[in-house]
Amino acid sequence: MSTLDTRPRPLTDAAVAATRVFAKLRHDPAGIALTLGAPAVLVLVFGYVFGSAIAVPGSGDYREYLVPGLFVMIAVNPIPAMVSMARDAGRGSVDRFRSMPITRSAIPFGQAAATAGYGVLCLIFMAVCGLAVGWQVDNGIAPALAALALLIAIQFAFTWLGMYLGLVLGNEETASQLAILVFPLAMMSNIFVPTAGMPAWLRTIADWNPVSAFAAAVRTLFGNPSAPTNQAWPLEHPVHSSLIWVALLLMVFAPLCVLRYARPN
Amino acid sequence: MTRELAVSVQGVVKVFDSVRALDGLDLAVRAGTVCAVLGPNGAGKTTAVRILATLVTPEAGRAAVLGQDVVVDAARVRRLVGLAGQNAAVDNDLTGRENLVILGRMLHLGRRGARSRADELLARFELADAADRLVKTWSGGMRRRLDLIASFVVPRPVLLLDEPTTGLDPRSRNEIWSTIRDLVAAGTTVVLTTQYLEEADQLADDVVIIDHGRCVATGSPADLKSTFGVRIDVEVDNPGELAAAAAVLGALTASQPELDPDHHRVSAPTRDRSVTLPVIVRRLDAAGVQIKDATVRRPTLDEVFLNLTDNPSTESAA
Repeated sequence: MSTLDTRPRPLTDAAVAATRVFAKLRHDPAGIALTLGAPAVLVLVFGYVFGSAIAVPGSGDYREYLVPGLFVMIAVNPIPAMVSMARDAGRGSVDRFRSMPITRSAIPFGQAAATAGYGVLCLIFMAVCGLAVGWQVDNGIAPALAALALLIAIQFAFTWLGMYLGLVLGNEETASQLAILVFPLAMMSNIFVPTAGMPAWLRTIADWNPVSAFAAAVRTLFGNPSAPTNQAWPLEHPVHSSLIWVALLLMVFAPLCVLRYARPN
Repeated sequence: MTRELAVSVQGVVKVFDSVRALDGLDLAVRAGTVCAVLGPNGAGKTTAVRILATLVTPEAGRAAVLGQDVVVDAARVRRLVGLAGQNAAVDNDLTGRENLVILGRMLHLGRRGARSRADELLARFELADAADRLVKTWSGGMRRRLDLIASFVVPRPVLLLDEPTTGLDPRSRNEIWSTIRDLVAAGTTVVLTTQYLEEADQLADDVVIIDHGRCVATGSPADLKSTFGVRIDVEVDNPGELAAAAAVLGALTASQPELDPDHHRVSAPTRDRSVTLPVIVRRLDAAGVQIKDATVRRPTLDEVFLNLTDNPSTESAA
C-alpha cells in the first residue's frame, strides 16, 4: 500500500487527469446548463432576431446558412480550456502534479481529451437545436460524418490553444477577461453574414480568418448554402485549408503547452 | 557528520527578473529531523522549497534530496518528496474524497487501492464527515489539513511544507502541528517554512533564518533564543516618568532603551537571564515609577532581524 510504484504509466496518468475534468463538471450543473444553453440562445438570437433582416446568398434559408457557422463558433471557443487551465496554474494544482512522480506531459493530454470530449456533447446539442429550427443535412451521411470529424478536430486544436494560453496567463481573472476577445474573432468571419458586402479591407481579413474557412468547409460537407468566396484561396478550398489550419494549430500549441507544463521555471 | 543528510543545499542562487530570490543559500537537514526555514515575506523561503520540489531550477549551486540532485535526477527526487502549502493546493471544485482518490490513482495505487487509502486518511484525520462535500465549502483549517494529507497519500521520506499554518486560527494550527509530529515520529524528514518563531520553537530540531535569499543564522531553537534573549516592555502611568523608567531599564540591561512616548512605553532587549520580571518591577518601584504594565517577552521576528542586521557578527548561534 505505502510503496511507490515507480514505473511510468502515461496512459493511467492521462486517464486520471481526464477523470478529474469530468468529476469537476459533475459538480457544476449550472456550468453545464450554461454551455448547453448557449447553442439554443445563439440559434434564437441570430436565427430569428438578426436573421429576419439578413439576406442570404442564393435562395437558401438563413438558418441553414447560420447553423453550420454556429457549430464552428462553438468549436473554436478556447475559453473553457483556457480558464480551467489558468485556474489550475493559479491555485497550485499544476504545481502539485508537477511535483509528483508522474509523466508530466500526460496531464495536459488527459485534460485536452476530456475537454474536447465534453465539446462533442455541446456539438450534438447544437445539432439538435439546429434541426429544431429547420437546418438539415443535404449531402448524405458520409460527408456529414466528415463534417462532424472536422469539427471535433477543430475543437481539439482550439482546446490546446486555450490550455497553452491558460498556462501562460496563470490566473483565472485575467483569463476570464480575455474571453471577450473570442467574439470579434467569430464576428469578423462569414459565420453570421457572407463577407461579400463588407468593406474591402475587412473582407480580406474575414476571408483569411481561419474561422471562415472552417465555416465554409462545414457548410460544404453538410451541403448547406455557402457564401461567395471572393476568390480567396482558403474559401475556394475550404476543407483543405481547414485541415491545414488544424494541423498547424496542433503542431504549434500542443508541444508548446506540454513543454510549458512539464518544464521547471 | 555521520548521520545521513536528507536535504543538502549549497550556494544556491536563483534570480527572477533581476531580483536575487536566493543568493547563495545553504541548508543541511539531517534525516528524521524537522528543519524550520524562518524568514519574512520575500526572504526566499518559497523559492527554496520550490527548488527542492523540482519546480524551479537553480542558476548556481547544488541542491540534493537523499543524495539525488534536484536538476540531474529530478524524476528520482519527485519520488522522494511530498509537497504541501502555498504552492500545491487541493481542488476546491472537487470533494475531499475525490481529491485524495485522484492523487492516489496518479500515484498508481489503482482504483480500489486509491479509494481505500482515501477512506483511511479521511477517517484518521477526522475529515470523514465532510469527505463528500466540495472542498470550497470547507473551513480554511480543514482545507489546509487536506492539503497536508494530500502530500502523503503515498508516504515519502521527505516532506516539504510551505507555510503550512499561515493565516490559521490557533486550534487549526495545533491540529496541523500534531499531524506533523505524527509524521516525524514515523520517520519522515520535514522541511517547513514559516514566519512564526513560535512554530519553529514548537516543531523544529533546527532553525535556519533566511533573509534576502541567504542564511543569516542557524541553530536549535534553544540556541537562537539564548542568542536573541528577551525583550522587556514597560508602560508607565505618567508620561513624565518615562525617562526615569528608561534609566532603570538601561541600567539593568546595559543597553539604550527605545522610547515610545505616544503609548507611554519603553522597551529594551537583554540576554541576561537574571533580569526577571520581579527584579524589573522592584527596581522601578524603588525609583518611584508608577507602572501600568510590564512584560518580558520573546523578540518578534522583526526584532530578531533588526538584531541580526545590527550585529553582523552574529553569523551563527551554534
